[in-house]
Amino acid sequence: MKAWHFSENAYHYLPPADSYESIRVTLPNRLYDPEKGAALYDRFIDEWLVAEEEGLGIMLNEHHQTATCVDPAAPLMLAALARLTTKARLLILGNPISNRRQPVRVAEEMAMVDVLSRGRLECGFVRGVPYEIAAGNSNPVRSNERQWEALDLIIKAWTTHDGPFSHEGRFFHHRMINIWPRPYQQPHPPVWISTTSPGGAARVGARGYVQATFLTGFDGTRAVFDAYRHGWQKAGLGAHVPVHRLAYAALVYTADNEQAARAGAEKLLWYVTSNKVPRHFANPPGYVPISANVAMLRGAEHPLSAFARGASVEAAIERGIMFAGTPDQVLRQIRKLYGHVGGFGHLLIMGQAGFLEHDETVAGIRHFARHVYPALKEEFPDTAPTVRGDQHGGAVRER
Amino acid sequence: MRSSTIAIAGASLEMFEAGAGAPMLFLHGCDGFDPAHRYAAKLSEQARLLAPSHPGFGRSGLPDWITEVDDLAYIYLELLDHLGLATVDLVGCSIGGWIAAEMATKAPGRFRRIVLSAPVGVKTGPADKLDIPDIFAMPEEKLSALMFHDPAKERREAAAIPDAELAVRLRNRESLALLAWEPYMHNPKLRHRLHRIDCPVLFLRGESDGLVSDEYLRRYAALLTDARCGSIAAAGHAPEVEQPDAFAARITAFLGTTTGA
Repeated sequence: MKAWHFSENAYHYLPPADSYESIRVTLPNRLYDPEKGAALYDRFIDEWLVAEEEGLGIMLNEHHQTATCVDPAAPLMLAALARLTTKARLLILGNPISNRRQPVRVAEEMAMVDVLSRGRLECGFVRGVPYEIAAGNSNPVRSNERQWEALDLIIKAWTTHDGPFSHEGRFFHHRMINIWPRPYQQPHPPVWISTTSPGGAARVGARGYVQATFLTGFDGTRAVFDAYRHGWQKAGLGAHVPVHRLAYAALVYTADNEQAARAGAEKLLWYVTSNKVPRHFANPPGYVPISANVAMLRGAEHPLSAFARGASVEAAIERGIMFAGTPDQVLRQIRKLYGHVGGFGHLLIMGQAGFLEHDETVAGIRHFARHVYPALKEEFPDTAPTVRGDQHGGAVRER
Repeated sequence: MRSSTIAIAGASLEMFEAGAGAPMLFLHGCDGFDPAHRYAAKLSEQARLLAPSHPGFGRSGLPDWITEVDDLAYIYLELLDHLGLATVDLVGCSIGGWIAAEMATKAPGRFRRIVLSAPVGVKTGPADKLDIPDIFAMPEEKLSALMFHDPAKERREAAAIPDAELAVRLRNRESLALLAWEPYMHNPKLRHRLHRIDCPVLFLRGESDGLVSDEYLRRYAALLTDARCGSIAAAGHAPEVEQPDAFAARITAFLGTTTGA
């Protein structure tokens, strides 16, 4: 098991939520104070450095036009981290390639960070959550297809070393593709994809990339991981699916006593409860299949939205979207989810949100790293790779 | 009303037909064609009404290669060939008006007279203001208020709509997004082609239309050589739905002026 400290770099100095329509897309940036923002960047970077010091990986992501994640150009933050750190793996999860107009530019950015960090990049790609559509002015229709074409093009750009090639595809065109630098890791940095749907996971499994899923709880995560394993096996990548191909992101807070753990956990819930977004941004036409939209109009609700309305630490732990408590309690909670979903090799720790102060965040990281992580690594070791080229993400098929 | 399916350029088109007389190609608006609505019956009283569902709308297919309104214009020109119609009257509503304008710029000789009702398709105003309010960035209730003169009468709750029809409505909206997302509701080239249209054109809008403004309609019409503007009272963006009799009467009067049909 490998653990990663993930921070969204939220800007939480906001007026009461009933004074604005949406925390995303339309929230006026006059509410952002650059002085406070600069101090927050310093603080969040310091927390990532604590994570490195404690032996955790570093994870960051990218969102746009939102106070929930003021990291709209994650490759810039990644470049800073590449120079500020020396040993931690650097996971970007991920590049929103359905909304980036130039996949080749993304390939360049990631290759550059890989070289800057001397091969410490773990390179994630995402379609982007629905509220990114308006901010990116991206057509919500066919965005899955766009993501896959962009991904294939990026990998080809990383792995082509004999001068320019051309790409004339359905969504992207580029006649001279010959990136400098090429990636430090060979054949390319490990590839991660996040999806919360079983349909998407099967496709990721067939490619052998690392699959991450966020706050999907017991049954949702199991469905995603089962689909991944099925996709992997169906594609002929082997009967055994290594656990380090699967990653789960949860809210995590560890302390030496229940009271402190509870206080930290309460503050972490902000991540779920603050996400006030009107339906027209949360569900643009074409983002989800029509059958899912019919179900929604019939009253079906996304499990996370349903949870957010009555969010509590107990309910979050009960659903498997939060691990919080003393080291023993956290270990037990993780063990329970691990067993239910059939195992996973990466724990992506949402370790900072909203009003969780710097000292509290650091204490949470240190407690986890010192009192939970060693037992996790011992109890849940990586399973042996079964496929050639496995450690580099993107399995080489045995045919 | 007779319905059939016609395959054009890989797109399976749902097609409705009724009435007899001069052929009228009717291109529906953003919510699709409703063969059971009174406007369909009224329009077919004095013409041979031909009403396809646009690719991606109703029960028409949507091939992968279709990405913009321009594609639909070519499909419908081919449909006219397929039907053996050298010349037709052309009526388009909302996005159907956009398709109609595109068709007429490509083959001006094929249209005797054209009616564009609440058409979108051109950019007439400044870069920092949308000509058409962003329908994808507002709640359904607000969109209804802009769409209709009497939203309470026209708006139907999802609970009252069967699954199959609900799926069609959702797909219509999805296809509209595909075609009109960017550039939003227009083709930057179209305004530079509209002068090619040489037949008489009537621009119409509902007086309560919150999407296509009177100013927009007039600027659009000014890009053509032989256009006039009119309005329909107590109607919003879909006057064919809210005032089917007045809508059909205006069209019949305009189309009939030269033929006396």
